[in-house]
Amino acid sequence: MLLRQGRRCFIYYFMKNHILLITPFFLISACTTTISEEDSAATGSSHMMEDAITGMVTIDGSSTVFPITEAMAEEFQKKHPGSKVVVGISGTGGGFKRFCRGEISINDASRPIDLSESTLCRENGVSSIELPVAFDGIAVMVHPSNDWVDFFTVDELKTLWEPNAEETITHWNQIRPEWPDKPISLYGPGVDSGTYDYFTDVIVGKEGVSRGDFVASEDDNVLVQGIASDPNALGFFSYAYYQENTHRLKLIPVSVIGNDVSAVSPSPETINDGSYAPLSRPIFIYANTDALGDRTVSAFIDFYLDPSNAASLIREVGYVPLPPELYLLVQERVQKRITQSLYQQEGAGDMTLSELLHSGRE
Amino acid sequence: MHARHIRKERLIGWMFASCGTLSICVTLGIIAVLFWETIHFFHVVPLNEFLFGTKWTPLFSEKKFGILPLIAGTLLIASIAMIFALPLGLLIAIFLREYAPPRLRRLLKPVLEILAGIPTIVYGYFALLTVTPVLQKIIPSLAGFNALSPGIVMSIMILPLMISLSEDAIHAVPEHLRAAAYALGSTRLQVIFRVVLPSAMSGIVSACILSVSRAIGETMLVTVAAGMRPTFTMNPLVPVQTITAYIVQVSLGDTPTGTLEYSSIFAVAFVLFVGTFVLNIIAQKLRHSFRFSYA
Repeated sequence: MLLRQGRRCFIYYFMKNHILLITPFFLISACTTTISEEDSAATGSSHMMEDAITGMVTIDGSSTVFPITEAMAEEFQKKHPGSKVVVGISGTGGGFKRFCRGEISINDASRPIDLSESTLCRENGVSSIELPVAFDGIAVMVHPSNDWVDFFTVDELKTLWEPNAEETITHWNQIRPEWPDKPISLYGPGVDSGTYDYFTDVIVGKEGVSRGDFVASEDDNVLVQGIASDPNALGFFSYAYYQENTHRLKLIPVSVIGNDVSAVSPSPETINDGSYAPLSRPIFIYANTDALGDRTVSAFIDFYLDPSNAASLIREVGYVPLPPELYLLVQERVQKRITQSLYQQEGAGDMTLSELLHSGRE
Repeated sequence: MHARHIRKERLIGWMFASCGTLSICVTLGIIAVLFWETIHFFHVVPLNEFLFGTKWTPLFSEKKFGILPLIAGTLLIASIAMIFALPLGLLIAIFLREYAPPRLRRLLKPVLEILAGIPTIVYGYFALLTVTPVLQKIIPSLAGFNALSPGIVMSIMILPLMISLSEDAIHAVPEHLRAAAYALGSTRLQVIFRVVLPSAMSGIVSACILSVSRAIGETMLVTVAAGMRPTFTMNPLVPVQTITAYIVQVSLGDTPTGTLEYSSIFAVAFVLFVGTFVLNIIAQKLRHSFRFSYA
């Protein structure tokens, strides 16, 4: 386990450092502490001075939520110099596996917890509070030199990504006859990723089912590099990662009905008002209820859900914050320790996040 | 006095023996673990499907366990590496042994050895961020992740091994053969290509095999630059995945122990192990044969 952790961090360090030039310092420190202090993490240590927050928060999970949590962690550590917040990336599913073993205090999730995961958590005596923190869109992108794709319909994306397409739909003109007879190379998040789960759910129609012959990575930076260097590329991942790489990628609008007038590009506005359908969604963090007893963890959660922090930091890293009144409802979930997932109540599928949060209060 | 010497000798003998035994035990342990987990895997997946299936999608909902795409990817990159490393390595070895003045040789050898000291992750990013963009200018249809670029970079990586082993082989050719050839009026080129190289052939072949074995075991370089997509193809322009890169992919995600995905990495590792093991034994045999031929 320790060895694996170390290697993963090593790789991420290089990826980030070379491809995106995100400050490597944070990653190094995050990795080393993950290795050495992993065991004491879940409980934290707050037997220091009463008023200083000096404990530790361990977080893992989605690469989509990572930029927000990382930004929150940096600001939080600035405010409380003695504290330590460690953020890993192993995909939403990978993070839940660790979360339900009680190894981490918070899991970043780009989709709601699923039934098998909540069962696993219950079996291990881990209870969680689901906290929606922002909206994200899944962007569909091609190489900047691609001049034939004007928009995609949801049906076209389904034709391309469903399991039957494997080794059958391999050229652009098979999707739309007027497109060139060029091979198409696909890039997408790996199967441990919540973005993959969400995309397959709304596009293919069944969660976790797709063709298998695409370049898959849990690290969105690898996908950016892949699409940006391949003229025949098509890929999807979080809109926020697109925003960091706008000059290297070409964003493609998506239409539900199937004509170019109705096609919508993801933007903060279209993601927030839900018109970028069906590829916009809320993203979450899950807090371990026991870990909330720790002062550092609970202070970090309060910081995360403070509407003024959310508005500036979340926008800064390319996501859409929730409306301020919804953050108050989310804070209420923490105070009341509501462990029921919003998405496991009746009729959840047809409700907006705001409706869910209101109905979830009882 | 005499008895004490014998005791000391014995003690040292035991020490060396236990060191040797330890490394053998570790090797046997690794083989046992590999074998055990592989058996688990084959309880579920039929051997037939594993060896002859052309689709490898163990992480997806529709699981297919045909190892051929991984083997194809592994061999493709190793072949590309050898296409460049074999002639280049051989020519450099000939130059160093037969042409270079001793001072130049003493300067060049350490420089070449440096290549062997560069961490493979650095080679990986060199392939991805430097070599691939350059190649894309020449071959516009080249994908961002592909087999060609890591193949070429891998040839640079295995060059030191290739050179030093073939140099040894050339060096082992007895001086009197060269002298005899010169005495018969051969030119330098004739001596090298008609006498030295044929005599050193078994050593050179063994150098090649060991280099291939190094190439198919290489991990970091192909994980970073080759694309992580199992494709049953011999086209060097598209993304591929090697056996080693698949093992990395599974160990990076959080695959729980005991699942089929988990034991699949042992099954492919076993195939890799058998492959390199056979290659190394062949190479060893060949090296012995050339050592004895002039004894």
